[in-house]
Amino acid sequence: MSSTKSVLRPGDVLRVGASGPLARRTRTLLSALGISIGIAAMVAVLGLSESSKSALLDEIASLGTNLLTVEAGGGFGAGDSELPDHALGSIGRIPTVTEASAAWSVPVDVYRNEFIRDGETGGVRVAAADLDLLTTLNGTVAEGRYFDEASAAYPTAVLGSVAAERLGVRDLDEPTMVRIDDDWVEVIGILDEFPLAADLDRAVIIGTEAAQTWFDAGDAPAVVYARVADGAIEETRDVLPRTADAENPEEVSVSRPSDALEAQAAADDTLTTLFLGLGAVALLVGGIGIANVMVIAVIERRGEIGLRRALGATRSHIRRQFLTEAVLLSVLGGLAGVVIGSLATVVYATSQGWRVILPLEVVAAGFGSAVLIGAVAGLYPAMRAAELSPTDALRA
Amino acid sequence: MSGLLLTPDPTAVPDGGARPALELRRVVKAYPGSPPVHALDDVSIRIDHGELVAVVGPSGSGKSTLLNVMGTLDRPTEGVVAIDGVDTADRSDDEVAGIRARKIGFVFQQFFLLPGMSAVDNVGNGLLYQGVPPATRRTRSIEALRRVGLGHRLDHTPNQMSGGERQRVAVARALVHQPAFVLADEPTGNLDSRSTEAVMQLIHDLHAEGTTIVVITHDLAIADALPRQIHVLDGRIHDDRPSPGFEPATATPTAGMNEGQP
Repeated sequence: MSSTKSVLRPGDVLRVGASGPLARRTRTLLSALGISIGIAAMVAVLGLSESSKSALLDEIASLGTNLLTVEAGGGFGAGDSELPDHALGSIGRIPTVTEASAAWSVPVDVYRNEFIRDGETGGVRVAAADLDLLTTLNGTVAEGRYFDEASAAYPTAVLGSVAAERLGVRDLDEPTMVRIDDDWVEVIGILDEFPLAADLDRAVIIGTEAAQTWFDAGDAPAVVYARVADGAIEETRDVLPRTADAENPEEVSVSRPSDALEAQAAADDTLTTLFLGLGAVALLVGGIGIANVMVIAVIERRGEIGLRRALGATRSHIRRQFLTEAVLLSVLGGLAGVVIGSLATVVYATSQGWRVILPLEVVAAGFGSAVLIGAVAGLYPAMRAAELSPTDALRA
Repeated sequence: MSGLLLTPDPTAVPDGGARPALELRRVVKAYPGSPPVHALDDVSIRIDHGELVAVVGPSGSGKSTLLNVMGTLDRPTEGVVAIDGVDTADRSDDEVAGIRARKIGFVFQQFFLLPGMSAVDNVGNGLLYQGVPPATRRTRSIEALRRVGLGHRLDHTPNQMSGGERQRVAVARALVHQPAFVLADEPTGNLDSRSTEAVMQLIHDLHAEGTTIVVITHDLAIADALPRQIHVLDGRIHDDRPSPGFEPATATPTAGMNEGQP
C-alpha cells in the first residue's frame, strides 16, 4: 500500500496557498500594503537617485572634467598675490593645454542705476574676460549675445546669471544699461550658469580691451581657465604652477572644478542611503505586519487546518500552505511596490527632465526582498499551523 | 454478528466481511495524569462495508475520542485500528494522512466549508490530497453535488446557502473520493428540524446506494432511525445492537434495511 501517501500537486500548493487570501480580499490588500510601501520607497529612491546621478554625471560629462582653474593664492600671504601678466600666454603654450582663457578683476563697482548708493553692490563684481571665455568654459548665452571683436573694445557688458538676477535684469527686450563706476554701460547679453566657474555667475563681464581703456584694469589675470587634453590632466596639473609663475610657483593654486560636482554626486549617495534605510524600515514593518496577519490567520483558521488534516493533508502540506500564503501576500505587496516605485521614478524624473534610469537589479532586488520577507514572516505562523494536532484544530 | 447485517455493496469484497470498512480491536486511549484518564477502555468495534451505524453517547462518554480514533485523527494508546483492512499502528503520520485522504470521509457538525470558495471547490477539497488533477476534481465534485441534490448550487459559496445545503455540500465532500466509510459527527447538530430531516434522508439514501456511514450523535431519536446503534459510556462499549424496528438479522437479511428510509 505504498500508494496511500498523501499527495499535494505543486499547482495545488499554489492554489491552496492563494485560497485564503482570495477569500479575504480586503485583508489581503491591507496586509500587502506595508510591504508595497517599503518596496515602492526603495525602488523610487534607488531609481530617482540613479536618474538624478546620471543627470548630474551627464552634466559633468558635457561640461568636461578636463577643465583646470589656475588662480593666485595658496601660498603665504596669498591675499595680495596675483598671477604674472604672462600667465595666460604661458599656459596656452603648454602642449597638453588645448584651450586657455582668462578673467581679470576690474577694481570698480557696478550698480543698476544712479539711485543706488555707492558700496551697495549686492556682491556683484566686475570682471573682464577675453573672447574665448565662453568656448573654454562651455558657457552658453541665455539672452542677447557675447562679445565679439567689436563690442569687446567698447563699454558693453555681459551679465553672469546671478549678477543679472541681483541687478534685476530679466531680459533684454528693451535696451538696458548698468552703471559701472560712473559710466553707463549697455548690457548686450545675459549668460547661463557656469557650473564649473561659479565666480563668473556673480560678475558683470566686460571685454578686456574696454576694461583696460575705460576702467584701468591691470594686465595680470585673476583666473586662467585651461582645457587639457584627455589623459593629461595630472601631468598638466603638475606643470601649471611653474608655467604660470616660474618665480613663485607655490603661490599658484590649481583646481579642478568638476571635482566639486563629483563630490556632489557622491553626497547624493548619503541621502539615498538615508532614504533606503527608511524604506528598509517600512519593509521590516511590512514584514512584521504579514507575520502578524498570518499568526492571526492560523488562530482564526484552526477549523480549516483541522479539516484539511482530516481530508488527508500532512503537516508539511499545512506548513507549505501557510508559507505560500505569506509569500503570496508579500509578492503581491512587492509587485505593487515595484509598480508604484517605478511610476514615481518615471513621473518625477520626467518632470525634472532627467533620463529615467530604473536599474533592473533594483527592481529584481525589490521583488526578491519581498519574497524573502514573506518567507521569513510566514515561517513561524506556518510552523505553528503545522504543529497543530488535527483533533485540537477541529475542536475550535 | 454485525457482519451479517451487510446491505448489498458493489464495492464490498466478494467473500463478504473479510475486509471490514473499519475495525477497532481492544483500543485503549489514555491521557497521562495520576491516575491516567481512560477516554477509551478496551473498545472493539467492527463495521462492515455497507453498514449504517450510529455511535451514541452523552457528552463526556468518550464518543469524541472514539470519533478521532476511528477517523485516525488521533492514535490509540493501545490496540488496533484498521481502515479498510489496513492496520494503521505501524504507519507514519504521513501514511495515515494518506489513508484518510483515500479511505475516510468526514462530515462535521460545523460543516467546515471554506468561505469564499464555491461548492464545487469545497467538494473538490475532498480529492485534493490524493493528487487528483483539478479538471478531474471538478467533474467528480459536480457529480457528487448532483448526488446530494445540489446540482443547481455548484458555484454558490457557503454564505449563499442555507445550513442544510451547506451540510449537503459537506456530505458531498465526504463522498467524492469514494471512501471506505463516512464519519459524520453530529451532522444535524447545527440544523433546524426541516434541514435535519433532509440531511438524515440523504444519509439513508446514500446508505441505500451502498455507502458505509457512521453517525456519531448524542441524539437517541437519530440513533433509533439507523439500523445499528453502538452505545458508548465511560469509554466503553455499553451496548451494540440493532435498533428497534430493524430486525435481528440472522433469519432475514432484511429488505427494509436496503431501503433504509423511514
